[in-house]
Amino acid sequence: MDILNTLVLLANFVFVPAIAYGSQLALGALGVTLIYGILRFSNFAHGDTMAFGTMVTVLVTWLLQSWGVSLGPLPTALLALPFGIAVTAALVLWTDRVVYKFYRKQKAKPVILVIVSMGVMFVMNGLVRFIIGPDDQRFADGERFIIGARDFKKMTGLDEGLAIKTSQGLTVVTAVLVVAALFWFLNHTRTGKSMRAYSDNEDLALLSGINPERVVAVTWILVAALATVAGVLYGLDKSFKPFTYFQLLLPIFASAIVGGLGSPLGAIAGGFVIAFSEVTITYAWKKAAGYILPESLAPDGLLQLLAVDYKFAVSFVILVVVLLFKPTGLFKGKSV
Amino acid sequence: MKKLLLATAATALTAGAAMAEGHGETVKMGVILGFTGPIESLTPAMADSAELAMKEINDAGGLLGGKMLEAVRADSTCVDAAGATAAAERLITSDGVAAIMGADCSGVTGAILTNVAVPNGIVMVSPSATSPGLSTVEDNGLFFRTAPSDARQGVVLSDILMDKDIKEVAVTYTNNDYGKGLSDSFIAAYEEAGGTVTINAPHEDGKADYSAEVGALASAGGDVLVVLGYTDQGGRGVIQGALDTGAFDTFMLGDGMYGDQLVADLGDDMEGSFGAVPWSEGEGTTAFAAMAVDADINPEGAYTRESYDAAALIALAMAAGGEATSAAAASKLLEVANAPGEPILPGELGKALEILANGGDIDYVGATNVELIGPGEAAGTYREYVITGSAYETENIR
Repeated sequence: MDILNTLVLLANFVFVPAIAYGSQLALGALGVTLIYGILRFSNFAHGDTMAFGTMVTVLVTWLLQSWGVSLGPLPTALLALPFGIAVTAALVLWTDRVVYKFYRKQKAKPVILVIVSMGVMFVMNGLVRFIIGPDDQRFADGERFIIGARDFKKMTGLDEGLAIKTSQGLTVVTAVLVVAALFWFLNHTRTGKSMRAYSDNEDLALLSGINPERVVAVTWILVAALATVAGVLYGLDKSFKPFTYFQLLLPIFASAIVGGLGSPLGAIAGGFVIAFSEVTITYAWKKAAGYILPESLAPDGLLQLLAVDYKFAVSFVILVVVLLFKPTGLFKGKSV
Repeated sequence: MKKLLLATAATALTAGAAMAEGHGETVKMGVILGFTGPIESLTPAMADSAELAMKEINDAGGLLGGKMLEAVRADSTCVDAAGATAAAERLITSDGVAAIMGADCSGVTGAILTNVAVPNGIVMVSPSATSPGLSTVEDNGLFFRTAPSDARQGVVLSDILMDKDIKEVAVTYTNNDYGKGLSDSFIAAYEEAGGTVTINAPHEDGKADYSAEVGALASAGGDVLVVLGYTDQGGRGVIQGALDTGAFDTFMLGDGMYGDQLVADLGDDMEGSFGAVPWSEGEGTTAFAAMAVDADINPEGAYTRESYDAAALIALAMAAGGEATSAAAASKLLEVANAPGEPILPGELGKALEILANGGDIDYVGATNVELIGPGEAAGTYREYVITGSAYETENIR
C-alpha cells in the first residue's frame, strides 16, 4: 500500500507535470532547432513567436466562444489553433521577407542574425502587449480534469490523489502527433528531404537545384506551426501571459542545446531532460520518503535540493555543463 | 566646509521663516503620498480625503482662534526612498509645514521618518504604512499611523486558527516586504500559541505555473494552507495549483487575498476556506461615507478613511496642545485619539474644536474607530470571513 501511495504521490507531483511540461518544451525546442539547422542562427524571437501565435488563438477562441461554438469536453482553443498557425505563419514569413532576407543576401554571420532576431523579439513582444495587454488571460474551457484528485482517492481508496488535467493529456497526445507528422514530413516527402539536404550542405543542395527560398519559407511555416502549438498547449495548461513566454526562452534553448542544436530528436530528448531536472531538483521529497522509509528513519527536513525560486537556475546549470563538456549535445548536433 | 556652513545658514534661515509662518494665519500641513508609482491610482482619493478633514476644520472657523489649515502635496513615489526624502525635505524647509500626513508605502515612510521628520522634529501620521518594522523604529514619539500594523494581522490570523483548533499549517507568502513581514509576524504569533508551521515558502508573483511550489507545500503537509499573497497574482496561482492536485482543500487567506474575482472563479472549490481583512463599520464609517460622496470621493477607496482620520488627528492634537506645532501635536495625539472623552465622528470636527477650546476632553472615533495602541498605531478591526456558497460570509469582527 505504501509503495502504491508513493508511486501515486510522485506521479501526481512529479511525473505528470514534468511530462506535460517536457512535451511543451520539446515542441518549442523543435522550432528553435529547425531554424538553427536550416537558417543557421539561434532565433531569440521564438518565445515571442509562441506568444504571438497563442494570442491570435486566444482571440479567435474568444470569438468562437461568443458564437457559442464549443468542442464539448475539449477546449475550444483546438478549433482556433489553425487560425493561430495561419496568422503566425503569415507574420514570420513577412518578418523573413522584410528583415532576415536582407541579411541572408549579405551572407551575414550567424551572430549578426542572432542580434537581428533579438530586435525582432522586442518588436513582437511589443506587438503582443499592444494587442492583448501584459496581463494574464484565461481561455481554457471544456472539461478541466480527466481524473480529479478527489475522485481518484474515492476510486482507489488510496491516501494520495492523482489528478490529470485535460490540458496535460491533450499536451502529450498533441505533442506525439505533431512530432510524428514532422518526422514523417522530414524523412518521406520531397520538400522534407530537400530541407535536410539544405541543412547538411547548403552549396551541394543549391547545385542539385533546390530552391533555397522555398526551403526557407517551408521552414518558417513549420516553425510557426510548432511555436503556436507549443504556446497554446502551455497556455491551456498554465495560463497565457506574454512575459512568461519570454521567460520560456531559457528552458527552450537549454533543451535544444542539451539535445544537440539542429537535431530534432535531440530537441525532444532535451525538453524532457530539462523538465524532469527542474521538477525533481526543486521537489520536496519528504512525504515520499516518509512512505517508503521505516518510521525511525523518516526525515524531519523537506529533502529539497533547491528552493523552488531557483527553478530557472537548473536550466542554466545544465546549459553551462553541456556547453563545457559536450558542446554538440546528447545527439551530436552542431556545436554552438 | 564653506558649503556646509552656507547650507546650515540657509537651513536655519528657512527654518526661521517656517517658524514665522507657523505663527501666522495659516498652518501648512504636508500631504506626502505616492502620486506617481505603483499606487498612484489610490493616492488622489486619499489626499482628497485628508483635505476634506482640513476643509471641515476651516469651515468650522479654523484652528486655535482662526488659523486656517492649508494642504501642501508632495510626491512620495511609494518606492524611491531618495525621491521621497527630497520631497519631504522640501515640504519642511521651503514650504514650512507644521506636520506631515503621510507617507503611504512602508519603505518610503521609514526613510522620510528617519532622514527628515525625526531630525527636524516634525510629526508624521501615516494612513497606510503597515510594515511591523515601523513599530520599533526610533521615532522620538513623532510617528503615528491610522493603519494597523501587519503584526496585528499576524496575531488575528493566529487567533482564528487557534479558535478553530487547527494546530498544523503550511505557509506561503508573496516574496516582497509585505508578504515577508506578514508571514514572520503570523508565524511568531502562531508558534507562540502552540501551532506548528510545516513549511514557510515564498512564491514569486506573475508566473504561469505554480505546480513546483505546490509540490513542496504538499510534501510538507498541514491541515490548512495559509496564503499571504495577492488575489490576482501568485496567491491565486498557488490556490489553483493546490486545488488541481488535491494538495489542500482549505485555505486561510491574508488581507491581500480578499477579492470578489477570486470567489467568483474558485469559490466552489474553496468552500469553507476562511481569512481576515481590515474592516471598519459603525456610525463613523457611515458618516464618512456620506461626507465623501458629497465631496465626490469614493468612500470605499482603499485607505481614504484612514487618510481622513490622519489629517483630522493632527489638527485636533494641535488644538489640544494649544499651538500649531509638531511638538504640541505629538504630545497630545494619543490623548485625543483614545478614551476618555466625548466621542467624535467625521463631520463633528467643529464640535471637537469647541470642546478642546473649552478645556474638555475628546475621544476621536473617526471613520475607522481609531484606537491607537503601543507606539501610536491603529489597533485595527478585522473581519473574519468564511467562504460559503461562493461568497464571503462574515463570521466575526476581531
